[in-house]
Amino acid sequence: MKRAGRAYAPGAARGSALILSERLSFYGGVDSATGEIIDHAHPDRGRIITGRILVAPGGRGSSSSSSVLAEAIRLGTAPAGIVLGHPDPIMVIGCLVARRLYGLSVPIMVCPLEGLADGVFLAMSCDDAGAAWLDPAEDLPQTPALAGRVQA
Amino acid sequence: MRPVAPVRLILDDVERALLNGEAGAGVATAMELLVAYSDAIGARSLLPIQGAHIDGCLYHGEAGLDFVELLLAQGAKVRTPTTLNVGSIDLIHPEIIRSAPAAQVKPRRLMEAHLALGCVASFTCAPYQTMFRPRFGDQVAWGESNAVVFANSVIGARTNRYGDFLDLCCAVTGRAPAWGLHLDENRLGQVLFRLTGFPASLEATDGMFVAVGLFVGARTGDEVPVIEGLPPPRTEDQLKALGAAAASAGAVGLFHVVGVTPEAATLGDALGGRPPQAVVEVTPNDLREVAARLSTVPDGAALSAVCLGTPHFSEDEWARLSVLVRSLRPARGLPIYVNTGRATLESVERAGVLTSLREAGVIPVVDTCTYVTSILEAFEGAVMTNSGKWAHYAPGNLGCAVAFGDLEDCIASAAAGRVVRAAP
Repeated sequence: MKRAGRAYAPGAARGSALILSERLSFYGGVDSATGEIIDHAHPDRGRIITGRILVAPGGRGSSSSSSVLAEAIRLGTAPAGIVLGHPDPIMVIGCLVARRLYGLSVPIMVCPLEGLADGVFLAMSCDDAGAAWLDPAEDLPQTPALAGRVQA
Repeated sequence: MRPVAPVRLILDDVERALLNGEAGAGVATAMELLVAYSDAIGARSLLPIQGAHIDGCLYHGEAGLDFVELLLAQGAKVRTPTTLNVGSIDLIHPEIIRSAPAAQVKPRRLMEAHLALGCVASFTCAPYQTMFRPRFGDQVAWGESNAVVFANSVIGARTNRYGDFLDLCCAVTGRAPAWGLHLDENRLGQVLFRLTGFPASLEATDGMFVAVGLFVGARTGDEVPVIEGLPPPRTEDQLKALGAAAASAGAVGLFHVVGVTPEAATLGDALGGRPPQAVVEVTPNDLREVAARLSTVPDGAALSAVCLGTPHFSEDEWARLSVLVRSLRPARGLPIYVNTGRATLESVERAGVLTSLREAGVIPVVDTCTYVTSILEAFEGAVMTNSGKWAHYAPGNLGCAVAFGDLEDCIASAAAGRVVRAAP
């Protein structure tokens, strides 16, 4: 069933869910060159966020995370979209600036995360007026060819 | 189920003029982003700011440079007094940076582009200990998580945790979204951390403030934590260390310490008369565990360096270091790196203590920080630090082993060449 949320950065994306059990700081937490989670203290260290729908309870730590996220978007190592349990304003400005500079949209939405499972295919869409929708697997064809960013 | 429709931002005439390009294309770009951001977070209006502190000077790749150079090419200038956080290069001692000269070109361009926008060449993460310290109640737009938490908590100035780019948009427009910690109602404490089981004569050690910061940071989400039972700090540097640790381990932008910080004269003041949403007990064992987790090597391990000054060393901390170096006499040639602001280093230099400190192995680092750039020379041994923030980030950033201890421990260990504890 479609779930509604609040859009924080506009765009649309599809990909398989990467569910993080803890909050993520892009600064010190993600290598923008590879898309790998590198935070030693993070339980999902070593996983690759590139092209996934990143699902996390929220953001954490440094105000430099927006730069690292924007750089990951520029390099094509960023997640296709970001779904959070709690809003993270620092991720939002990273996405807005990448969109302004490069025309690349990584949407961010906030919604309840219960019932989302790792590896399940998701489609998300965030409009300019703050509305967001997340489509879970059963409504979508299970084909990896759909993975990746959808240009807004 | 319908999505929640956000409140849209309302601009005044001046702000609308900025958006329409009447102050130039660069200001309009910054205002466009500020409006999009304000709509996203649900701010209803903007408010004028009295200052900004920009955390965009640290080079994380071309995106940061592209942004600043776009604003510059469009003719933008900052519209409020604006200080700069650390960059990736020590512009005064460039020889200590170990990355290849070619790799320094863009980081240097990033720092220079910020200066061209009219920012002050402060290059410090502790602007609150310079002449640009804000006053109680000032509205400012600050980046750098430790600076944000210090401004809010220790001074009672008002800022949100501004991410890179947004701080600059605020500086260039002179406006910030009227939202979050800028507003009275969002500054009240929500979660109470109560120190329990400590002796009545609890000593205010540096390590304790760091451990409390890490403990609180790791257990705080978007809420404002209130800490009760902490002894009065010896100096504001201990609150600086607490805030830096809390903002590294979590997303803390404001904390209150009952009886210590300006908006928390009493527990009732800190909570605004409301009951806390949750109460978390903090025991001596909790703090020991948190502190122990910071060290990745056991006591006795060989050291290759000591790193101090994360956040940047204050004049008080330099004075303490000077006393410790005189009494513990580290002379093994083990480098003791001390990050500090250029203005602070100038006054330490005027005080005439720097020569004897250098002879004891002290290497001042300005404009940048040892955990963000290639300065350290040898990694055979661990690096010891008195900073919870350094210990938190360095293993990931630099790949080095870390020992954490009080300043006294760090200098005693520098003298011993291995990790020793000065005090029980």
